[in-house]
Amino acid sequence: MAENIMLDLRNIHKSFFIGTPNEFEVLHGLNFTVNKGEFVSIVGQSGSGKSTLMNIIGALDRPTAGEYSLDGIDIEKAKDHELSALRNKKIGFVFQTYNLIARTSALKNVELPMMYAGMGRAERTERAKMLLEQVEMTDRMMHKPDELSGGQKQRVAIARAMANDPAIILADEPTGALDSATGRLIMDIFHRLHEEQGKTIVLITHSPELSQETQRIITLKDGNIIGESTGNWNGLKEKEGA
Amino acid sequence: MLFTENVLVALAGLRANIMRSLLTMLGIIIGIASVIAIMTVGNSITNIVNTTMQGMGANNLQVGVMQKSTDDKQDESGMNYGSGNVREMTDDDLITKDMIKSFTDEYKDDIKYVLLTESVGDYYSSSKVTENGKSAKTKIVGYNRDYMEFNDKELLAGRNFIHQDYKEGKDVCMVSDKLVERLYKGDNDAVIGQEIEVVMDNGAFYDFYVVGVYKYVAEQFSFGESDNPTTEVMVPLDAARKINHTANKGFDYITLVTSVNTDNNTFVTTVRDYFNVNFYSRNDAYEVAAISMASMMDQMNTMIGMIQLALSVIAGISLVVGGIGVMNIMLVSITERTKEIGTRKALGATNSSIRLQFITESVVICVIGGIIGIFFGVALGMVAVKLMGYDATVSVSSIIIAVGFSMAIGIFFGYYPANKAAKLNPIDALRYE
Repeated sequence: MAENIMLDLRNIHKSFFIGTPNEFEVLHGLNFTVNKGEFVSIVGQSGSGKSTLMNIIGALDRPTAGEYSLDGIDIEKAKDHELSALRNKKIGFVFQTYNLIARTSALKNVELPMMYAGMGRAERTERAKMLLEQVEMTDRMMHKPDELSGGQKQRVAIARAMANDPAIILADEPTGALDSATGRLIMDIFHRLHEEQGKTIVLITHSPELSQETQRIITLKDGNIIGESTGNWNGLKEKEGA
Repeated sequence: MLFTENVLVALAGLRANIMRSLLTMLGIIIGIASVIAIMTVGNSITNIVNTTMQGMGANNLQVGVMQKSTDDKQDESGMNYGSGNVREMTDDDLITKDMIKSFTDEYKDDIKYVLLTESVGDYYSSSKVTENGKSAKTKIVGYNRDYMEFNDKELLAGRNFIHQDYKEGKDVCMVSDKLVERLYKGDNDAVIGQEIEVVMDNGAFYDFYVVGVYKYVAEQFSFGESDNPTTEVMVPLDAARKINHTANKGFDYITLVTSVNTDNNTFVTTVRDYFNVNFYSRNDAYEVAAISMASMMDQMNTMIGMIQLALSVIAGISLVVGGIGVMNIMLVSITERTKEIGTRKALGATNSSIRLQFITESVVICVIGGIIGIFFGVALGMVAVKLMGYDATVSVSSIIIAVGFSMAIGIFFGYYPANKAAKLNPIDALRYE
């Protein structure tokens, strides 16, 4: 059972301004797990605490209390450089605003996590090219971010998230800045990664509609999980058929 | 691996903000350029001084009559900076030919030459020779036989002075090929045996028979004289002294050329003591002082070195200012790129790799600025040295130091901003707009 669990969060609390009169708690003891190969969405309106939760899942922040393990590694006691290594190898971030490094080609952007992982130049270039091919960005890989459209940037960002073959892909409103047609294309890429490569994906969104595409929906409100439901996940095949 | 990547990122950043980068580098460029220019000029002057002094003879001892010290304020050369001004120097205080003779007899093995010279008028008197409607600037200088042998000018036509010329102070002379070129269309042989009239700037004039033509070699300390240089009309020492009415007087200074085996550092004292004990012990106001060319050269070099250092330090202040400019722009750059820093951290960059990235950027700015500065500095220094009429000597060591120094500035002034970037909280950085 435990071998099948990718994320395990137990009684996660997160407070800010600890020890000051302004102290307040954002997350009030969350419990949930995500299995390997699962495509899960975390839904909530702004202020629900989903960004704080995402920071904790993404090892960008530590919980104030509670236990969190990612792919069997305990996070809450990890040191800064251990968190860096964890983010580098275990997590692939996809942001709403793409967050590509300016003035650096798409190819170099995809190479970046591999560079931080210490991979050799030839090897990482080869892998970056392969990843860009998977998101159909081969012909624009030498372009810089400001020469790419929103959808193209997000495809590069997904390729970058896959760079070190992470345990999970953590996507924070990945279609939030895109028109619906382009958003559709991006979601299809996630479905493909999920189905064809068996990636564990956690999608964070405010949109109940988008969350319906995933296998399981965790609904967050005011720092509490108020519901868990199964999504209308049909996989990619049906959509291609449709 | 990370290093080349960082350099490439830094270069891309510089290209993207070319105006800002150049302005930032300007402080470094100006600082390095001025230090290099000063070093180039200083080194060139040192070289020239050394070669000139060596040309004058590193084995030379200058022996001169000086005011006696009334107190102990005497430096090692015996020169006196005391205040006790007793009386004007008279003919009785001078070094006579007899003194020189007894001295050279005593130290035959140590003395190679005794150089005696005297200009007609005084050292600053000028004169000219006019012929065929043209005139050439001259200076009449008398030399003794030792001097002529020591100096060894190349003879182009005619002959050197002979025993009789020196002994009787005959009114014969040797003129330069420059003078012949200007006044006699360069026909050296035709001038031999001619009588020339040298007119002094005070109106006095003297006639000499030309016995020889020597090859003119430009002096190294001659500013801006090229096509019509002042050349010497060389005459036997006593010919000049007759004109000056000093034929029976002594000399206020003489130059000794010692033999190769003589240690001038100790011989200086021997000379001083010999003259003072034998001839000046009863002189109430004057004595003989001696200084070796070598120690003068050392003093000169130390002095130039000090001036050079002082100027370099002043120029170096602009480097500090430049460094602060770099620090400032790095802080701006880090603020602008907060989100990039957050992204890099999310992708797995450690604090130290972020720090390294920004230090590399600041070093790249400084080193590029330094290299541009070196080019400007070398050019500036060379132009300055050429304007003074010398050959420039570029100091390679100062270039290496300049590159190293600009790197150090980059690291020093880049560390604080880079560390600030490294310590950014990834969440805050990611959320930064």
